[in-house]
Amino acid sequence: MTTATFTPDLDGKTFLDSNEMVLNMGPQHPSTHGVLRVILKLDGEKVLGTECVIGYLHRGVEKIAENRTYAQFNPYVDRMDYIAAVSNGLGYCEAVEKLIDVQAPPRAQFLRVILTELNRLASHQVWLGTHALDIGAITPLFYLFRDREEILKIFEKYCGARLTTHAFRIGGCIYEAYDGFEKDVLNYCDGLGAKIDEYEGLLTGNRIWVQRTKGVGILNAADCKALGVTGPVLRAAGVKWDLRKAQPYAAYDQVDFEIPTGENGDTFDRYMVRIQEMRQSVRIIRQAVEKLPAGPTMAKVPKVLKPQAGRIYHSIEAPKGELGYFIVSDGSTQPYRVRVRPPSFVNLQALDKMVRGALIADVVAVIGTLDIVLGEVDR
Amino acid sequence: MPDEKSELEKIPAVTAAKAETTPTASSTPPSAKAALVGDPTPSPTPPVKPAVPAAAKPAAAVAKPAAPAAPPKPAPIAWESPLVAGLKRQYGSGIREAASYLKDKYLVVDKSIVFDVLNHMRDEQFDYCVDITAVHWPKREEQFDVIYILYSFEKNERVRVETTIKDGEKVRSAYSLWPTSDWLEREVFDMYGIEFTEHPGLKRILLPEGWTGHPLRKDYGIRQQDQAWVKQNIGIESGQ
Repeated sequence: MTTATFTPDLDGKTFLDSNEMVLNMGPQHPSTHGVLRVILKLDGEKVLGTECVIGYLHRGVEKIAENRTYAQFNPYVDRMDYIAAVSNGLGYCEAVEKLIDVQAPPRAQFLRVILTELNRLASHQVWLGTHALDIGAITPLFYLFRDREEILKIFEKYCGARLTTHAFRIGGCIYEAYDGFEKDVLNYCDGLGAKIDEYEGLLTGNRIWVQRTKGVGILNAADCKALGVTGPVLRAAGVKWDLRKAQPYAAYDQVDFEIPTGENGDTFDRYMVRIQEMRQSVRIIRQAVEKLPAGPTMAKVPKVLKPQAGRIYHSIEAPKGELGYFIVSDGSTQPYRVRVRPPSFVNLQALDKMVRGALIADVVAVIGTLDIVLGEVDR
Repeated sequence: MPDEKSELEKIPAVTAAKAETTPTASSTPPSAKAALVGDPTPSPTPPVKPAVPAAAKPAAAVAKPAAPAAPPKPAPIAWESPLVAGLKRQYGSGIREAASYLKDKYLVVDKSIVFDVLNHMRDEQFDYCVDITAVHWPKREEQFDVIYILYSFEKNERVRVETTIKDGEKVRSAYSLWPTSDWLEREVFDMYGIEFTEHPGLKRILLPEGWTGHPLRKDYGIRQQDQAWVKQNIGIESGQ
C-alpha cells in the first residue's frame, strides 16, 4: 500500500511527456477481483507501464502463525486463498506432517485428493466466470456459479462449511466421508463433462472471446521462469510442469492424469489449459473414488504438537500455482516462523511485463487470466 | 461454576506459555537440537530435565522398556553431491554446511559469498527462485537468517541457500539473477527491515510507506501497530 506517488521506476523518468497520462485503477474496481490498485501510465489507450499497489487486505497471517499452536493456525490458512481453501489446508497440513515426520493414512490421502480436486474445479469455475464477465460475457458466470454451488454443497455436507472449510487436520482428515459421499461426487463428475462442453460452447469458438484473448498478455516460458510464475500460466507457455507430477504428494502418484499445456502463452492458451485441467480433475476424482481404500482417516498425532527444532519447506500445486510453506520450529508448541509462498503474489508480479504496449482493456483481461486472489497476495 | 472458571483461566495460560514452556514432556534430544544451525542454543531443556524424572521416577522406570521401540528422531545428514563438491572447491570454508533434513537439501553459506553462490546455482540450472524470506533470532549476534529457496526444472531438485547477517547489514539483491526477487525482497525489507543493495526500487510492499517498524521482527508485538499512522491516515484511535 504505497501512498500515491507516481514517480515511477517506469523508465526512470520523474516527469510525464506531454502525450502521457496517469490513470488510477482500483482498489475498488470490479475487474481487479478484490482490492488491487494498479497505476497505469498511458499514451492514449496504450499502456506504457504499470505499478501495482497491494497490501489493502494484509492481515499479518505469518505473524499470527507465530502466536498460535500448529493446530490453531490451521483454520487461518483457509483465509488466504479463500476460493481454494482446501488446497491451502492441504499444503499446511502436509508441511506440518513433514516437520513431525508423520504420514496421513491411505484413506485420508485419497479423501484429500478428492476434496482438493473438487476445490480446483470450484476455483477454476470462479476464475472462468469472473474472467469472462470482465471481458464482457455475462452468461458463463451464471452457468459456472450454478455448477460450483454443487461442489460447495458437497463440502458443506462433508465438513459443515462451504468456503473456509478447514477440511483437513494435521495427520489426516478428522471427518469420515458421509454416507453417500462417493455417490454425490461421482454424480457430479458424470454431469460435469457435458457442462464443460457447455462452457466451451459459449466461449471457445466465440469470435469476440477469441479476439479479446488470442495474442493478449503473452508471457513466454523464459519469462515465466525468470519471474517465478507457476501454475496454469507457466503451463500455457508450454512448460509441462506440475508439482502433482514432479514431486507427487498425497495420493497423486497413484492416479493417472495428463498435464495440459499451451503453446503461445497468451490469454486464450491459459483459458484452454484451465478448461483441460478441469477435465483432468474429473478424471483424477473418478479414480480416487474408485480406489478409495478403507481404514482410519487419522494418523496417531499428539494433541499438542512439539516438533523438534528444524526447518522444512513443502509445496503443493494449488489451482493458482506453487503454494509453499516454509516452517521453522524451535521445539516449542508454536511455530517459530511460518512463511507462505503464495502463488498469486508472485504471479501478479508478471502483470507489468504482460501489459506493456497493450491497451487498457487488455489490462482487465490480463488481471483475470492471472487468476489472483487478493487475500493470498496480501495475506 | 468454579470448574468453569478454572477452565477459562487455563486458556490464556496455554497460549502465553510459549516463552516459559520448557519442553519437559518432549523427548527431543538436545543433541539433535544443537546440531541444527540457526537455532537458539540457550535452551532451557538440560537444567529442567533431571528434575522431572526425579519427581516421577517410578513411572519413568516402568516406561523404560518401551522406549527403544520409538522411531529414531530425524536429524540432519550430510549432503554429498558433485554440486556441493564444486562449491566447496571454489569457496572453501565459505560453505559452512551442506546437509539435508527430512529430505530438504540446504546450504548454509557465509554472507560475503552468498551472491556468488546464488550465481553459481543459477548457472547450475537452478533457474527458478521459488522464494526469498528471512527469520529473526533476536538473541543471536547475527540476528537474521536470509533464505533463498531455489528449484531446478531440469533436475527436479529443490535447494535452500541460507545465510546469516547482523542487524543493519545489507545483502546484495538477487534481482539481476532472477527478476522475481523484486517483490520477494521488498517483502523481506517490509517485514524485517533488511536492506538489499542494487535492488531496482526497494520500498515497502504490503504496509503503507509511512509505517514505522517491521512487524515480523520478534520484538514487534502481535497487537502492536503504528498508532500515529493509523490516527492520521484512517482517523480512528486504534486499528484493533
